Parts: sequence; C-alpha cells; structure tokens
Amino acid sequence: MNEREFVDYVQSGGQVETGDWLPDDYRAKLIKFIEMHGNSELMGVLPEREWILRAPTLQRKLALTAKVQDEVGHSQLIYRVVEDLGKPREQCLADLISGKSKFHNVFHYPTKTWGDVGVIAWLVDAAAIISQKALLKCSYAPYARIMKKICWEESFHILHGRDVILTLMNGTDEQRELVQEALTRWWGPLMQFHGNPIPAEDDPMYVWRIKSQGNEEARQQFLDGYVPQIWELGLTVPDPKLRKNDDGVWEYGEPDWDELKHVVTGHGPKTQERLELRRRMLEQEAWVRSVVLAEAA
Amino acid sequence: MIFEVFRQEKKGAAFAHAGSVSAPDAVFAEAFAREQYGRRQESEALWIVPRDAVCEVHDFPDELHKTYHRVDGYSLKAKLKEARERAGTAAD
Amino acid sequence: MSERAQRLIEYADDELILGWRDSEWTGIAPSLEEDVAFSSIAQNEIGHARALYELAARDLGTTADVLAFDRDPSEYRCAPLVELRKLDWAHTIARHWLYETADELRLQALKESDDEEVAGLAAKMDREEVYHRLHAQMWADRLRDEPRFREAVDELWPYAPAVVDENLRPTLAKRLNLPSDTLSLGERGDHSDELRELWEEMTMVRRSVPGATW
Repeated sequence: MNEREFVDYVQSGGQVETGDWLPDDYRAKLIKFIEMHGNSELMGVLPEREWILRAPTLQRKLALTAKVQDEVGHSQLIYRVVEDLGKPREQCLADLISGKSKFHNVFHYPTKTWGDVGVIAWLVDAAAIISQKALLKCSYAPYARIMKKICWEESFHILHGRDVILTLMNGTDEQRELVQEALTRWWGPLMQFHGNPIPAEDDPMYVWRIKSQGNEEARQQFLDGYVPQIWELGLTVPDPKLRKNDDGVWEYGEPDWDELKHVVTGHGPKTQERLELRRRMLEQEAWVRSVVLAEAA
Repeated sequence: MIFEVFRQEKKGAAFAHAGSVSAPDAVFAEAFAREQYGRRQESEALWIVPRDAVCEVHDFPDELHKTYHRVDGYSLKAKLKEARERAGTAAD
Repeated sequence: MSERAQRLIEYADDELILGWRDSEWTGIAPSLEEDVAFSSIAQNEIGHARALYELAARDLGTTADVLAFDRDPSEYRCAPLVELRKLDWAHTIARHWLYETADELRLQALKESDDEEVAGLAAKMDREEVYHRLHAQMWADRLRDEPRFREAVDELWPYAPAVVDENLRPTLAKRLNLPSDTLSLGERGDHSDELRELWEEMTMVRRSVPGATW
C-alpha cells in the first residue's frame, strides 16, 4: 500500500492495527494526537482532585473520587496505546512536564468553588464526550477500541454533573450563584475547547480519519445539546450574540482564539503550578518505579 | 512488563481482549487488572496473560479458492429445480 | 450516647479519615495502574465509613453526613494512626499495611458479635477488605528490603495498637513481629493539629452554606 491508497482506505472506513504499515506522517500525527489526549486526562485530574477532599457529603465524595479515578484510568488506557506505537510513558510524562507536548485548554484554568465541580462535570465533560464519541470511528483501531470503554465510563460523569448542578439550582440563592458564577467563568474556555473552525477537509486529523468530525461540527453539537439545558435552569450564558438561527445553526460571539493559543502553549493561569506538582510527585516517587515497578530484567 | 487482559462480559460469553496493564509481575498485574476491568463489577471474569505468551497469526492464504468446504461453494438451486420437475413436484 | 453508637462511630471515624488521606493520592500515585487500584481502596474506606455512620445515625436519630462532617474535630474518635499526614509512598504503604493488619483483627471480632446488624456489616466489609489486605501485602513484600519502607514502619508501628481494643493488642504485636508489651503511642481520640487542618479542608464547602443540600 502507498500513501494515496492508505488515505483512500481510511477515508472509506478502513481501520489499521499496530503492526500494519502506517505512513510516517500518519504515525507522527497519531502519536501527537493520542498523547495530547492522555496528557489532558492526566492534567484534568489535578483541578478536580482538590474537591474530592472538600466534597460536602459522603455520596459526593465517593462519586467525585470515582470520576477522577476514571480519568486516571483513561490516561492509563491512552498511554498504553501510545506506548504500543513506540513512545514509552516516561517519555510522554517528561515531554508533558517540559512543555514539549500539550494538553487541552480547559485544564489550565483554576477551580474556585463547588460550582466549578458541577460545571466541569456537566459541561466540560460534555464537550469532551462529543469529541470522544467522534473518535469511536478512528482509523487507528486500538485507539477506537479504548474509546468504547472511555465513553461508557463517561456516561456516569454526565449524570453526576447534572445531579450536582440540579441540587445546587434547587438549593439556596448562594448555591445558585455558585453555579452562575462558575458558568460565567468557564464559558470562554468551553467555546474554545473544540478548536478554531478549520474546515474539516483542511484538518489533517480529519483527512487521516483520526478524527471523524470537524471542530465546528463538534461545537455546534455541544451548543445544540447543552444551551437549552443551561437556559431551562434560568442560567445566563455570558454571550449576548448566542442564538440558534432559522437554519438551525448556532451563532455566537467570536471565541478568543488568541487566548486559546496562549493557554495551550503553556501560559494558562494554572499551567506551571500544575506541571510543577506533576514534576514534584514524579521525582519524589521515582524510587518506587525503579524499586518496584521497573520491568523485570 | 505488559500483561494482556481478556474479559468475560457475562457467564457463558467468550473471553475478549480488553486491554493491557504495565506491572512488574503477575501479582501486581492481577491487582491492576481487577481494578481497571472490574471495579464496577462489569466483568464476570478476567484472563491475565504476559504479552510475550501471546503469539499473533495473521496470514491465511486462499490462492486456489477452496470453496469446497464453505457454504458459498454449493449452489443447489438449478439442480433442485431439475429434480422437482423430474418428480413432477415442481410448483406451478 | 449508647455504647453501640460510640463504637460504630469510632470505627467509622477511622475509615473516614483514612479514606480521606488515601484519596489524596488520586491522580498523583506512583503509577497510573496503582493510582486506579489505590483509589478503589480509598472509596471502599469511605463506603465503610458511610455504612457504619448510617447504623449509628439510626440509633441517634440523625444522618450519616451529619455524623461524618458536623462535629468539632475534638469530638472525632479516630485512632492517631489514620490522621497523620504522610503524603509519600513509603509511609502510605507502611500505614496501609499496619492498619489492615490491625483492622483484620477488629473485623474478625465484630463478625462474631451477638449484634446481628453489626456482625452482618462486618462480614460485608470483610469481603472487600480481603483485597485491601492482598494489596497491602503485595506492596509490603516488594518493599521489604527498601530502607525508606523499613524506616516508615519503624516510625509508625507504635501507632498501630491504638486501632484495636486492648485484648487484641498482644495478637496484633505477634502479627507484626513486635514485642508483646509494645506501648501504644497515643490512644483513640488523641488528636494532633493535623486533624483540625484536615477537618477544615474536609468541611469548608459544607460549612459555606450551613444546612444546605448538596
């Protein structure tokens, strides 16, 4: 097979396995994409784990611990795929910490209140799940297969998020304000999450069918699914231009693409602090990996 | 070491490959696999196998079209029609 | 408060505070696979605390959450071992192994209790604890010769006896290969500043809107 035949093959729904011939560019883009996903799951844990310790009921503590555990589990599944493509996880973690590789914008921001816990599980996870469902058809079969388990586990995260939000909205004025304030802060990053609206045919990820959906398609799906849910609770989205037009397309204020670029290149409000925590824990527990977890000689 | 994990979804089902874990030995692999593939009681059972104990086979040549041992090697419509006409039992 | 409620709360406090400490590792454990495994242990501990608080809560006409969160730190009846802040793996595994060894004795005694409800709950907890013990032993075996681990065990074992009643302490000492007249470092209900710090963080959201539903 040559590269042209490979493109035709994946574009007509064909899938490949680890041992198959992969064009160099496909392999390189694939590793980078999957690695970024693994990095994101791992970094996404850090804003949420603080709230495990502060969960206000035993049930919420259990649910949040289980949710974050799932995220760690997802990063394990994802890094295993990258490892089987030839890049050891130690290298992935080193590149993450040095800033050489990236992670999604939303995980560079602070969490300030219990309202954030609800908004993240309800809306940030929803935005992520839309992208993840599109990956179920990834041309690289090992990645598509783990996406099945990931999507299945994410289903409870959405319900947990909705439960937290509805409970707050049915509570006191202070609790409702927690939700509104968190939503106002998170809206910008949420709108940037799916990336700028590069046409699918110009997106190498789509050409290679690593992604089966363009950025704008994902964003429209998010808005269509979740803006009605937000509005029906009486919450305000901080975008006066947000509306669904007569063609069923959501119009919105232009997201700040400069902010997105600035953040994912390592300049988010919490980027360095969180990478530093990762670096410190990796260093502190390096002895465990070498004494216990190292490969048997 | 990498250990491959196979899981049985329900009693009676086949064990299907579910993923892999990185562990120093079988004891750790069992603990890790149990949690990654069974913490929600989503599996009836697991098989955990060191990766290098698994061998892959993927070349199955069929150069000379061996339809004699497959269903698509048998086309009986015409013969059945002829047999029924001979017996006078063909449908009108 | 009845003796029964008091004893249930003591056990629940141990599991709650230890579960809280163990849940600090979620996301930052030494390996991804271990992170997932250890998080299940932390969740089980919180789950055990919840079940124990629920039994006590019925006797006291309150709820598990009220018992878990709405007392002053000085009123908690946990053993000193569980409240120590030890966010390094050697100490965490040392504490885990010491606690599970002590807890096994406590559970065995409770499974034989005349109180059917308590005995029933103890049996259920024990079926989960089997895996905690396997996990602790798996790590203790691997770290046996590691100086960091041995130092951590040396530092922490004097706290282990306070987890169990006095009549079980000689057995515990034997299980841990320690002299049978090992003196306990502190007793249940003796608290350090670390518990208050833990409690402040644990209850900050709950206290922000008192009486609210979350």
